Amino acid sequence: MASVATPPGTEQPVFYDLDPHEHPPGASTMLGFWLYLMSDCLIFAMLFAAWGVYGSAYAGGPQPRDLFDLKLVAVNTAMLLFSSLTYGMAMISGDEGKRGALLGWLAATGLFGAAFLGIELYEFSHLIHEGAGPQRSAFLSSFFTLVGTHGLHVTFGLIWLTVLMVQVGMRGLEPANMRRLQCLSLFWHFLDVIWIGVFTFVYLLGVLR
Amino acid sequence: MFTDTLLKTVFGRLTLESFPIHEPIVLATFVVVALGGAALVGALTYFRVWGYLWKEWFTSVDHKRIGVMYMVLGIVMLLRGFADAIMMRLQQAMAFGANEGYLNAHHYDQIFTAHGVIMIFFVAMPFVTGLMNYVVPLQIGARDVSFPFLNNFSFWMTAAGAAIVMASLFVGEFARTGWLAFAPLSGLDYSPDVGVDYYIWALQVAGVGTLLSGVNLIATIVKMRAPGMTMMKMPVFTWSALVTNVLIVAAFPVLTAVLAMLSLDRYLGTNFFTNTLGGNPMMYVNMIWIWGHPEVYILILPAFGVFSEVVSTFSGKRLFGYTSMIYALIVICILAYLVWLHHFFTMGSGASVNSFFGITTMIISIPTGAKIFNWLFTMYKGRIRFEIPMLWAVAFMLTFTVGGMTGVLLAVPPADFVLHNSLFLVAHFHNVIIGGVLFGMFAGINYWWPKAFGFRLNDWWGRLSFWCWFVGFWVAFTPLYVLGLMGVTRRLRHFEDPSLQIWFVIAAVGAAIIAVGIAAFLMQIYVSIRDRESLRDATGDPWNGRTLEWATSSPPPVYNFAFTPVVRDLDAWYDMKSQNAERPVKDFREIHMPKNTGAGVVLGGLSAVFGLAMIWYIWWLAGLSLLGVVGYAIFHSFNYDRDYHITVDEVRRVEDERTAALKLGNTVGAA
Repeated sequence: MASVATPPGTEQPVFYDLDPHEHPPGASTMLGFWLYLMSDCLIFAMLFAAWGVYGSAYAGGPQPRDLFDLKLVAVNTAMLLFSSLTYGMAMISGDEGKRGALLGWLAATGLFGAAFLGIELYEFSHLIHEGAGPQRSAFLSSFFTLVGTHGLHVTFGLIWLTVLMVQVGMRGLEPANMRRLQCLSLFWHFLDVIWIGVFTFVYLLGVLR
Repeated sequence: MFTDTLLKTVFGRLTLESFPIHEPIVLATFVVVALGGAALVGALTYFRVWGYLWKEWFTSVDHKRIGVMYMVLGIVMLLRGFADAIMMRLQQAMAFGANEGYLNAHHYDQIFTAHGVIMIFFVAMPFVTGLMNYVVPLQIGARDVSFPFLNNFSFWMTAAGAAIVMASLFVGEFARTGWLAFAPLSGLDYSPDVGVDYYIWALQVAGVGTLLSGVNLIATIVKMRAPGMTMMKMPVFTWSALVTNVLIVAAFPVLTAVLAMLSLDRYLGTNFFTNTLGGNPMMYVNMIWIWGHPEVYILILPAFGVFSEVVSTFSGKRLFGYTSMIYALIVICILAYLVWLHHFFTMGSGASVNSFFGITTMIISIPTGAKIFNWLFTMYKGRIRFEIPMLWAVAFMLTFTVGGMTGVLLAVPPADFVLHNSLFLVAHFHNVIIGGVLFGMFAGINYWWPKAFGFRLNDWWGRLSFWCWFVGFWVAFTPLYVLGLMGVTRRLRHFEDPSLQIWFVIAAVGAAIIAVGIAAFLMQIYVSIRDRESLRDATGDPWNGRTLEWATSSPPPVYNFAFTPVVRDLDAWYDMKSQNAERPVKDFREIHMPKNTGAGVVLGGLSAVFGLAMIWYIWWLAGLSLLGVVGYAIFHSFNYDRDYHITVDEVRRVEDERTAALKLGNTVGAA
């Protein structure tokens, strides 16, 4: 019983791994983060379900076609999609070990994300100004909650992005940092996927109603 | 005027009236708790154990320590939840006709709400999570969970939630809505005070912990199994933990979302669950039960896992029908999401919808029944040892089967129209939760205690506790079945018909018997700690166990296994014993372990402050503590130095001690 790899035909069974390989730190991180993302996805699923139920509960108030400015939303969507693209570029630079390029692409991602948030905040304040705040009807409650929760995630992503840029600046592309970048990458693209759902089901189908 | 504004800014809606100084019962409780707390703090200070507790327990990332802390939290909260129960039983036994009892409606409604919330979220959940935390890494031959720091953080979030609930007893009040806080009653119009906010924030804070520990344990089970342990060679308890945690990760976000919507209704005036402006209260009921039904399986499946281990160990046989056990778990996991509407057949969703959910509910009894038969067949022709865990297992099979049958009765929609909201329902779910979950947890505590502490629990007090619980349960809840069949609804604090009183008196007697059972359980722990030398087990395998947790010493070293076991069989340790596997005693290696950290305590504490500030509308404090949580988490992320190595000398010292203990002690099971 010398090693794990028992040659075929050996009689003596192996009961202990006497020659262990070191488990690399963070071996489960991607799986764990993915599981977390799926749980987050369920929160959005509930918010989409609420939108499905309340989406036409206007309570005599304004309707999507009175409120939504699709051109603005298209610009907004473009901002988020571009930010995903730049994040992809950042990860490529990271894999190639180019720290400067990585930081540059991350900065671009952050700018696109901030632009997205800015436009969203403008849209929200505009709606509230018009008397179409979240209190007006269940339709608007679920609209603000769904879109706002997504926006909150983007905000959190931006904070995380900034912290990671500092950490990459301080410690370079070491494995722990690359792992964190991978996680944020999953998170960022996940928000993109959610936004595609928001764009389709909330804005496009909403205006058609 | 100015001072008013200032006070409002500083203290939100917290005023002197928020402290229940005019309620003698609450005041007396407060005095007792305060004195007890002061005595505890004093004793800890006197014996200088704060440093030890902080270094070895509070900041520990060792899954075993964290598991034990969960169990302690569960036991403490059990006492609180049971105090609520006995107050209700007393009130209902006396409040007939002219006698108004001793609790007013305002107080009584808080008690039944707090009882439900505490028993589910802060007793059953910590027990379940604690056992899984302690046992799973040992059973799969791992050194810790996948994310040890996250594990510590999860515990402290759960503890923070419990602290928020406990605060409601003395500052302000708890919800008066029932344990699920149905809208619109829980909306601002009908519950303008702090009660529902206490409810929301306690569950939201604790929910973060539950969800993250679910993620953690799934990753652990999927990624960290010992070589050779394929999925179908995993111990049944680990399987039940896997399925449970899948349920947790797939159900708790739903609770988070629905409570978030309720808080938006209450804090920002949105209209999700209101009666006006397009809101729909039934949406709340639907959504919370989409979480709520899987939740009951989250509680019961680990208990099923415990019973599988216990029945197989104490029958001295391999578990009957392992594969069918696993598939039953998986089928229950899936069906758990297809039955939520049976909690409100009376909503009026129509015959087709009700039929669908009635049928899916009845189908769940098939895999559950298969499990019961598997346990019986495991016992069949086994050499059964009626140690305490086995007593709990047998009592569970008897009790749970009855609870399951009344569940199938309730699953028939027409019958449910009669029994809905009645004491029959109350009797049913106590029948499955006490008879299933709680019996399972007591079996588990008695079964794994020697592993955790190196000595067995006292037998006499254990048996007394068992018999009091078992008999007390039936005396307390059979009358409720009878009353429910007669049409008595739940959550009433006063009755007119004197012919009902005798049943409530019997139920109160049952509760008193259970109280003796709880006292005997505490005595059992005390006596066992006192007599630990005579109860000592040197082998690490006191029950002649079958799975890997019994392969290491009791208590296990911090690293669990000096060399990872290689698994060839389902009952890996039994296989190793029967093949006379030799425990390696030389050529040790350095062991890579995570460092302790206080970050979990800090983040949990800040979260509790945030919750309390939100409850009392103290906005500056809420903002500050939220900033603190985010800031501290960022600060913690700058700490890259999170692990250390246990030296070869240290490993050799610990393992030599074990070798010596094995030689000295009984050699049964020591390979």
